[in-house]
Amino acid sequence: MSHLLEVKNLDVKFDTDEGRITAVENISLSVDQGEVLGIVGESGSGKSVTAKSIMKLNPGNTSYNEDAEIILDNENVLQFTSKQDLKKIRGGKVSMIFQEPMASFAPAIKIGAQMVEQLLIHKKINKDEAKSISINMLKRVGIADAEKRFNQYAFELSGGMRQRAMIAMALSTMPKLLLADEPTTALDVTIQAQVINLIKDIIKEYQMGVIFITHDLGVIAQVADHVAVMYLGSVVEKGPVNEILKNPKHPYTKGLLQALPDINNLDAPLSPIPGNIPSPLDRPTGCVFRTRCPHHNPEGKDGKIEMKLIEVEPGHWVDQCGIKCGQNG
Amino acid sequence: MGNNLISVNNVSVNFDYQENFISKKQKIHAVNNINIKIQKGSFFGLVGESGSGKTTLGRAILGANKISSGNVIFHDDERDYDLTNMNKQDLKEYRKKAQLIFQDPYAALSPRMTVRDIIAEPLEVMKITNSRQETDERVRDIAAKCRLNIEHLRRFPHAFSGGQRQRISIARALVSNPKFIVADESVAALDVSIQADILNLLKQLQTELNLTYLFISHDLSVVAHVCDVVAVMYLGHIVEMGPSRQLFKNPKHSYTKALLSSIPSIDPEKRSEAIELKGEIPSALHPPPGCVFRTRCPNPGIDCKGGEIKMGLTEVEPGHWVDQCCAL
Ligand SMILES: Nc1ncnc2c1ncn2[C@@H]1O[C@H](COP(=O)(O)OP(=O)(O)OP(=O)(O)O)[C@@H](O)[C@H]1O
Ligand SMILES: Nc1ncnc2c1ncn2[C@@H]1O[C@H](COP(=O)(O)OP(=O)(O)OP(=O)(O)O)[C@@H](O)[C@H]1O
Ligand code: SF4
Ligand code: SF4
Ligand SMILES: [Mg+2]
Ligand SMILES: [Mg+2]
Repeated sequence: MSHLLEVKNLDVKFDTDEGRITAVENISLSVDQGEVLGIVGESGSGKSVTAKSIMKLNPGNTSYNEDAEIILDNENVLQFTSKQDLKKIRGGKVSMIFQEPMASFAPAIKIGAQMVEQLLIHKKINKDEAKSISINMLKRVGIADAEKRFNQYAFELSGGMRQRAMIAMALSTMPKLLLADEPTTALDVTIQAQVINLIKDIIKEYQMGVIFITHDLGVIAQVADHVAVMYLGSVVEKGPVNEILKNPKHPYTKGLLQALPDINNLDAPLSPIPGNIPSPLDRPTGCVFRTRCPHHNPEGKDGKIEMKLIEVEPGHWVDQCGIKCGQNG
Repeated sequence: MGNNLISVNNVSVNFDYQENFISKKQKIHAVNNINIKIQKGSFFGLVGESGSGKTTLGRAILGANKISSGNVIFHDDERDYDLTNMNKQDLKEYRKKAQLIFQDPYAALSPRMTVRDIIAEPLEVMKITNSRQETDERVRDIAAKCRLNIEHLRRFPHAFSGGQRQRISIARALVSNPKFIVADESVAALDVSIQADILNLLKQLQTELNLTYLFISHDLSVVAHVCDVVAVMYLGHIVEMGPSRQLFKNPKHSYTKALLSSIPSIDPEKRSEAIELKGEIPSALHPPPGCVFRTRCPNPGIDCKGGEIKMGLTEVEPGHWVDQCCAL
């Protein structure tokens, strides 16, 4: 079976005043129907840029490599240029939800009007049908008084409610792929738990594929089936969520886990990863993590080891580091 | 007062609120009848969801928010300061002794000042040092303790990463040699690795400089790791308080239990064990009478539903206090 989404060898570069930035390098990922792929990594690792590429939402200073492919439903999104095609990936087959729901809503237009407008663009239905779909969706995401909320502005809702409304809007067009970029990061934990459960229910019900971006490994453990760990624009490790969290191989994945305060293990020291993330302008050659890796051997340190993912267990891919650098500590 | 550095006695903070100029004035009950004692040398954690009153309480203790009723006493070695009753001189002295570390390492630092000037500013404003040389010495000294080097001092803050900026804010807060630090969401904006680094630094500075912290955070895992005492706030009230290990191991209040169960477990095999709380926190303009948590409580008793229960802490084991409802 072919995947719902397959990203192959994607590079994303930005031209800036200070030079050309490599934000994403040689990424390959896939998502199946009904599956949640989590992308985790620190700030600046390229998570959002990757997601935006799938909707071709990166700005004008962006360039993609020629041999990259983003295959959605058997079509290469990167080749899309016509309005008609772009419509398919922007609200048609793909929807996106963000950390800040206000980014999805125009401030001066009522929530309902925006939902209806969006539906009319993407579906062959009339206004009344669009209205009833929208209200049903608001109800589905747990918004009480959906008819009333339909006629309100986004700023009139509380944070958790707004997040639900945004999810309702993103889902109303029945996308095949949902891109969720830190959708619970700004929420309180009790509200986060509600929203995570909601997203999980909905994925099950509608069998969509999801890319769930977060820097929180706990959230990943709760929602993802597969995980890709990103560092400085590269995927350094990917695989089934259980494998990655319980049997991590890459020094960066291990470092993230050791830095994380775990409430069930209060005696574990919090160990930071040494050093700082290099600027994307001085992206290390060879292994991107080598300037901070506690395990590198001289070859790795000199940048002579190329990045390349190797399958160590079925479905569990790790940058060849552990193997070539030899010190899989 | 023996071992306590701070005593917060029956403190309430209200804010006036008027929706528009014709509507009637209302009161926001941001902090209600709080009693806490912060021991010298402790890492006191304050947790709770957005709007529960953590910042307001922290600011009240720093003397930066008006206290509507009750008082806060700072027990210094030689004398006590009553925050509700200080003259100008007292206030000046207190400012040196109690400092705030901000949440946002990006917004807090002026982009046009060098790191040296940012750290030195409190010394100059409070006229603590007498010469430039003395200022420089103190800046260099505290910068080194915060793991910033002399190179760094000449640069501007935009050249630094989030973690380095947070170290600059910490150095600035500590340069006046305070005894008490309020750290309000000081690691919330940081990546986990940098967060671990800053938390370790705060711990280390605590022993080195004899500091006492009020550590405000909405992240329970962080609080559990660094704090020795924790108070859990909900809608302006402390609902539970105690030694952190005891409290996290054996939470008594329904809200604390729900909060703890909502932390996303890092174990994929432990999914959705969260006690799901319905609805959202009520507005501090109209807190429910009786137990403030009853609109969301997953298993309220009959008495609580009617709003007849009064809020108030009871000691259930030594040092472990719980709002009387569920404890009994
Ligand atoms: N339009 C742009 N022009 C130049 N650089 C950009 C642009 N968009 C992103 N970048 C850079 O690309 C890199 C990856 O950014 P991205 O937003 O994908 O990170 P992220 O992993 O989503 O981080 P965060 O967790 O902070 O959201 C960063 O170094 C960022 O500064
Ligand atoms: N200056 C003010 N004027 C009016 N209301 C205020 C003011 N400061 C805070 N409040 C209100 O007081 C209540 C408590 O706010 P506070 O900022 O102390 O909460 P918090 O626990 O720090 O929340 P967060 O986690 O979002 O920082 C809220 O209802 C808030 O809206
Ligand atoms: S390749 Fe070497 S330097 Fe890079 S992560 Fe692996 S062990 Fe570390
Ligand atoms: S007093 Fe009643 S409503 Fe309040 S937390 Fe306890 S059981 Fe729940
Ligand atoms: Mg991002
Ligand atoms: Mg606050």
